[in-house]
Amino acid sequence: MALRTVNFTINGEAKSVQAESRQLLVHCIRETLGLTGTHVGCETSHCGACTIHLDGEPVKSCTMFAVQAEGKSLTTVEGLAVGGTLNPVQEGFWEEHGLQCGFCTPGMMMTATALLRTVNEPTETEIREAISGNLCRCTGYVNIVKAIQYAQRKMHATPAPEAVLQGGD
Amino acid sequence: MTQTIPMTSAAIGGMGHSMKRKEDPRFLQGKGNYVEDVNLPGMLWMDIVRSPYAHAKIVSIDASKALAIPGVLAVITGKDLEAYNLHWMPTLMSDTQMVLPVDKVMYQAQEVAAVIATDRYIAADGAAVVDVEYEELPVVVDPFKALLPDAPVLRTDKPGKTDNHIFHWEAGDAAVTDKAFADADVVVKQDIYIPRIHVASIETCGCVASFEKTEGKLTVWMTTQAPHAIRTVFALVAGHVGLSEEKIRIISPDIGGGFGGKVPVYPGYVIAVAASVLIGKPVKWIEDRMENLQADSFARDYHTTAELAATKDGKLTALRFKTLADHGYADAAANPSKFPAGLYHICTGSYDLQAAHVEVDGAYTNKPPGGVAYRCSFRVTEAVHTIERMVDIMAHQIGMDPAALRMKNFIEKDQFPYKSVLGWEYDSGDYHAALQKAMDIIGYDDLRREQLEKRARGEFMGIGISSFTEIVGAGPSKDFDILGIKMFDSAEIRVHPTGKAIARFGTKSQGQGHETTYAQIVAQELGIPMAHVQVEEGDTDTAPYGLGTYASRSTPTSGAAAAMAARKIRDKARKIAAYVMEVAEEDLEWEPGKFTVKGNPEAFKTIQEIAFAAYTNHPQGMEAGLEATHYYDPPNLTFPFGSYICVVDIDAGTGQVHVRRFVAVDDCGNIINPMIVDGQIHGGLSMGLAPSLYEEISYDEAGNCLGGSFIDYLVPTAVETPNWETDKTITPSPHHPFGAKGVGESATVGAPPAIANAVVDALWHLGVRHIDIPMTPSKVWKVLRDHGVTG
Ligand code: FES
Ligand code: FES
Repeated sequence: MALRTVNFTINGEAKSVQAESRQLLVHCIRETLGLTGTHVGCETSHCGACTIHLDGEPVKSCTMFAVQAEGKSLTTVEGLAVGGTLNPVQEGFWEEHGLQCGFCTPGMMMTATALLRTVNEPTETEIREAISGNLCRCTGYVNIVKAIQYAQRKMHATPAPEAVLQGGD
Repeated sequence: MTQTIPMTSAAIGGMGHSMKRKEDPRFLQGKGNYVEDVNLPGMLWMDIVRSPYAHAKIVSIDASKALAIPGVLAVITGKDLEAYNLHWMPTLMSDTQMVLPVDKVMYQAQEVAAVIATDRYIAADGAAVVDVEYEELPVVVDPFKALLPDAPVLRTDKPGKTDNHIFHWEAGDAAVTDKAFADADVVVKQDIYIPRIHVASIETCGCVASFEKTEGKLTVWMTTQAPHAIRTVFALVAGHVGLSEEKIRIISPDIGGGFGGKVPVYPGYVIAVAASVLIGKPVKWIEDRMENLQADSFARDYHTTAELAATKDGKLTALRFKTLADHGYADAAANPSKFPAGLYHICTGSYDLQAAHVEVDGAYTNKPPGGVAYRCSFRVTEAVHTIERMVDIMAHQIGMDPAALRMKNFIEKDQFPYKSVLGWEYDSGDYHAALQKAMDIIGYDDLRREQLEKRARGEFMGIGISSFTEIVGAGPSKDFDILGIKMFDSAEIRVHPTGKAIARFGTKSQGQGHETTYAQIVAQELGIPMAHVQVEEGDTDTAPYGLGTYASRSTPTSGAAAAMAARKIRDKARKIAAYVMEVAEEDLEWEPGKFTVKGNPEAFKTIQEIAFAAYTNHPQGMEAGLEATHYYDPPNLTFPFGSYICVVDIDAGTGQVHVRRFVAVDDCGNIINPMIVDGQIHGGLSMGLAPSLYEEISYDEAGNCLGGSFIDYLVPTAVETPNWETDKTITPSPHHPFGAKGVGESATVGAPPAIANAVVDALWHLGVRHIDIPMTPSKVWKVLRDHGVTG
């Protein structure tokens, strides 16, 4: 099958890749570019494990072709931490035990990061609705909601209402 | 054996501290290493051709079109495997299951052939054009019909098999139970079906099999909860084709959720291994979600007629369950107990019953083989659901409050260790305290008043209780084994000269946080900060032998082994400290992290100093080093318990059940990391909610799977899942080295009857006695309509 050249930036780096026109974007990210933090849980748009940002918007990368990324700016979970420092959402997930097996976590954090960029102070209901396209089988979502609230407080520098958990390392 | 655990400093981070997880930084940055992330040079991809029919003869398989596609290297069929006698494999239940069929398929989505290609898309192209000619056979879907004399016999591969019956098993004294029923004032009877469901971990199953021809070594990265057992199984099943156990390495890397679904050996793994051995290149197989839901082992599928007897003032006297288990076309249950129905005879639950009799029959049908536990220890959920539903039915029947009936019949705290009439010895418990706590937190009496007011207004509000007793930690070798291998588990701890340590285990975390909790156990026992304890599992070349993680067994077995190994190290450390300080061993006092000379707090040696001495200045005649291994065979199972109370509101117009509140009081004995325990309970509750209201895999008459994708198999999202309220009581296990019991599954076991009881409680006054789970809007709406509610 014919290959096409596709140009985009991913996590701030310009890339030019060869892709079959039928190749899913998630496979291009994982296999062509070796960024395996973006996961696949269904390939049918239901689980959200493959969520990335496309020009700042969360999208399910299993439901796009790689060629559709032409000229776009992509961010994956590998692009969240800046200079080795976790972003507030990543920090929140760690502090509040918002992950267990970690498989849904990259997609969940991409959705949460996008939410907090657009809504200043989401209510619990808004948070739950925002992540309703991301399935988690391990956590029961309670601590994911808390993790996002933690990140929200941190981003808006309001002090935490209760002491955070003791640090491990 | 002390069961009160001294609290270490936060810097040490022993038991009881909510330490942040050590494994998280890699997951948070997209650096986890799951099976699908493993890529090897020259790696090939495998895709599987599956049957569209539930029961059909295979007339022919024509692979020529697939083989004509550039990049397709091979198409493997049952006939190819038959040449090596690898087309069938044994199950844990002494049954057999096909790897690839040679003559007929037994369920829809069964593996028929495998295409090996240079790329995943080409493999899929190949699979799409393998021509299989089928001749349809009569399909058996209903397990009751499967046992009728005129049912077609499914397992024609078994010489002399004339029916679809798999096993009959019973426990308890039938005659004593019959007499208790005959003497009872009140008997309630109910048919209860617990439907087929699927664990649906967000990571599906898969493997990368790599056979190195020159070395003759097979390495398999695999989504497995039990890598060591898998290695032994491979060696036993494929020994005749030259796979020898020392040349097999199973690596279970990061696992994206297991819940029991990653215990079995699925055909895909075996075909990928065979393909790699035949072709001499690494082969990757990753199933997609539909394959996962339609072909991997299911859970539950128990049809039960249950009876419960009582005196008229509410003293429960006897229980009788008669169950039909639908196993699909093979009994491939991931059940290492000696009982065909697992631990189902925990079904007397939290109650002091004097008579009980339980019978289970297994039947073959044209469905995928199984089952697995869905986050529970081998049929415990089925047992708990049924007894807790029956207790509620009894309470309503005799007009007693369900909480009061439970309180009246609980095993008393001073009856432990308690020998149940069906043969288990419960280790410890305080059931009254847990229920009382849950009632206090939720405000039970106020809720009952509110319910009466609402009922008067025609609104449907229900309150449901579940007071469950779990049975976990498989298990004592008298009741459990895998291929004869006893169900111990292991820990190996090595303390390095600088006082840091590595600890390796025979279990395998799938999200439970072992890298943190095991480090905390070692920290507790040795006083080495948990930050300095590196935990590793999942690689059979490096970890000590163990039976894996399921049945909430990691803390009861490997956790115990960690403590025992650490105590061996401490014993040696004491000798070294005495030698270095020139005092007698008895003159030394231990506190986590150091030995101090009694009466002289200034004279002490830290564990780090002792570790250095173990390599530099140890007594003559003593071996150098500071390490120990322990294989822990638990003396008994552990019995976590809890009481859950759920409040639901039902929309009379739509039948929608809304879980307004859910309070869970759990008791898992002593706690290693409260934050992680809470997380386990949240997740467990969500996997209890799911089958109660949403999830079911059913089949139409032709054996077509209904519920085979995330479009129709409804895994709850954050919107459906309530904000769980959790609390605890602590009743240590008397036989576990640090009094822990295990917690991963309690909530999944305990939650469904609380929800189901709440729904029926809301509708009992209409004459509703029971609704089978899942209580979907359409099902509840129909019940409301049948009982004259049109709102
Ligand atoms: S893999 Fe894209 S939504 Fe599930
Ligand atoms: S942490 Fe396992 S699926 Fe979310």
